[in-house]
Amino acid sequence: MMRTKKSTRAAQYTALAAYLVFLAFPFLWLISTAFKPARELGSLHPTWIPKDPTLENFRQAFDEQPLLQAAGNSLIAALSASLIAVVIATPMAYVMARHRNRVSKAATGWVVISQAFPFVLIIIPLFLILKNLHLINSLLGLIMVYVVWSLPFALWMLVGYVRAVPTELEEAAAVDGASKVRTFVSVVAPLLAPGIVATAMFAFITAWNEFFFALVLLKTPEKQTLPVILNRFIGSEGVADLGPLAAAAFLATIPSLVIFAIIQKRITGGMLAGAVKA
Amino acid sequence: MTLATATKRSANGASARRGADHGAWFLVLPALIPILVLSVGPLLYGITLAFTDSQSGRTEPTQWVGALNFQDLLHDTLFWDSFRIGLIWAFGVTVPQFFLALGLALLLNQPLRMRWLARALAIIPWAMPEVVVGIMWRLVYHPDAGVLNETLSNLGLGEGKDWLTGTATALFAVIVVGVWAGMPQTTVALLAGLQNTPRELHEAAAMDGAGAWRRFRTVTWPAIKPIALAITALNFIWNFNSFALVYVLTQGGPGGRTRLPMLFAYEEAFRYGQFGYAAAMGCVMVAVISVILAFYLVGRLKGGDES
Repeated sequence: MMRTKKSTRAAQYTALAAYLVFLAFPFLWLISTAFKPARELGSLHPTWIPKDPTLENFRQAFDEQPLLQAAGNSLIAALSASLIAVVIATPMAYVMARHRNRVSKAATGWVVISQAFPFVLIIIPLFLILKNLHLINSLLGLIMVYVVWSLPFALWMLVGYVRAVPTELEEAAAVDGASKVRTFVSVVAPLLAPGIVATAMFAFITAWNEFFFALVLLKTPEKQTLPVILNRFIGSEGVADLGPLAAAAFLATIPSLVIFAIIQKRITGGMLAGAVKA
Repeated sequence: MTLATATKRSANGASARRGADHGAWFLVLPALIPILVLSVGPLLYGITLAFTDSQSGRTEPTQWVGALNFQDLLHDTLFWDSFRIGLIWAFGVTVPQFFLALGLALLLNQPLRMRWLARALAIIPWAMPEVVVGIMWRLVYHPDAGVLNETLSNLGLGEGKDWLTGTATALFAVIVVGVWAGMPQTTVALLAGLQNTPRELHEAAAMDGAGAWRRFRTVTWPAIKPIALAITALNFIWNFNSFALVYVLTQGGPGGRTRLPMLFAYEEAFRYGQFGYAAAMGCVMVAVISVILAFYLVGRLKGGDES
């Protein structure tokens, strides 16, 4: 271990403190605002700690917009999309990781290129297609879009996890005469389980947080997901009831934060395994 | 072809892994079909739409108009304004974000106390819905109830500034949010690169009397360069294509000062129903992004030759 000069350490801690402030203060302000009564929000000199903390904003938020229903819609969309995405992505990721054929090369290319799509080029045709199928303003249509939209990243992560599985077991299975599908289902998939769970959780968060597709495809408040409903709090003139807005925004973040805390390490590993090797 | 490999497999187990057999197709199809139907198909459809006069809610059939949309785009100063704003935004976010993230990653790679807290905090912007990030910063920037103006006025640095609606400040204000929101991914990626750097190399360089900057240049940077290039290229593209954050913060205002290309295309398509025209904008954006990707790939290939 290298020795570090005291002055260097001091500079490092100063920098770290500056980062901590920069990263934390907007989030702390959101929480502070969420618990402030209306009259404190109207005052010209806002304080960090609410003088008279209240839960009134949370109650009002639920009154103003159908938050529970929106959370339900988000949950249905994110859960279905993430489950479908990993179920169909895992076998494909296996083939991409283990086979150098045209399909897997094309799929790898597609994963990279799809990161560069401006979504507008995808959403206009999708909007027209879903309209013809009467799937506008329907969660089913949104789920279909989310599945395909989360596939590139899911594949990317899963390919990394597959590569980490030693090939000897599969070779042994092949020698025993097991088919490709059989080898995959009974040998590889169980070993991948932790990676599959992490990928599903990541896909869940991306769908839970997604705004653009939901904004375009969902028209009525009963169908809209949480991010779109949150945006409704900010009226078209940008005038908003700050307290309820902050309260609702704070609530909407909790599920993603919890999941992220759980899978933090796995995401980093899986992401980089994919990123570095791709 | 597949039959031949399938028969060979029974004779030689190891060769089965190399060739594609029927099994491989069964494994690929569940993902391949939705990709083709809902991603590749629509993308091609979107490109063809750019050459039509497709509009929403129109009764007469859509017609081919050739390159008309592109000719119109060429003269659409509003579009080029948004394009310019998109480039300023993408540079303005990507560059500071990279340096800040690099600094944070280097710090987090040091044995400092409290770094667990910084790691945990650095995840927050990543896990949050972009809409919430936008709302949160609206509260920070709020002219009366916001923490920014209150802090500035307490420090005697002017007061009552309307950051998001002022024509001079709006773009700068949203860029700051963009930097904040995108820092975690970059930090985490760079940190992983740093942790793969062999410690011994550092120590050897330090023994040879190399200062901090030399060690960074000769040991650290070569190790993280591939990741740094990849994440910067991706960040630039993601930023250029971004929508939700700025939509929530300013809706593209004031007077179009923060109207990113995606916001412009969104309005054109879903507010004014000009599908063909908006698709043409998408095509132009793809073309620009392809150029950036090409630069990145060339850079990456060159980098690969060196190592």
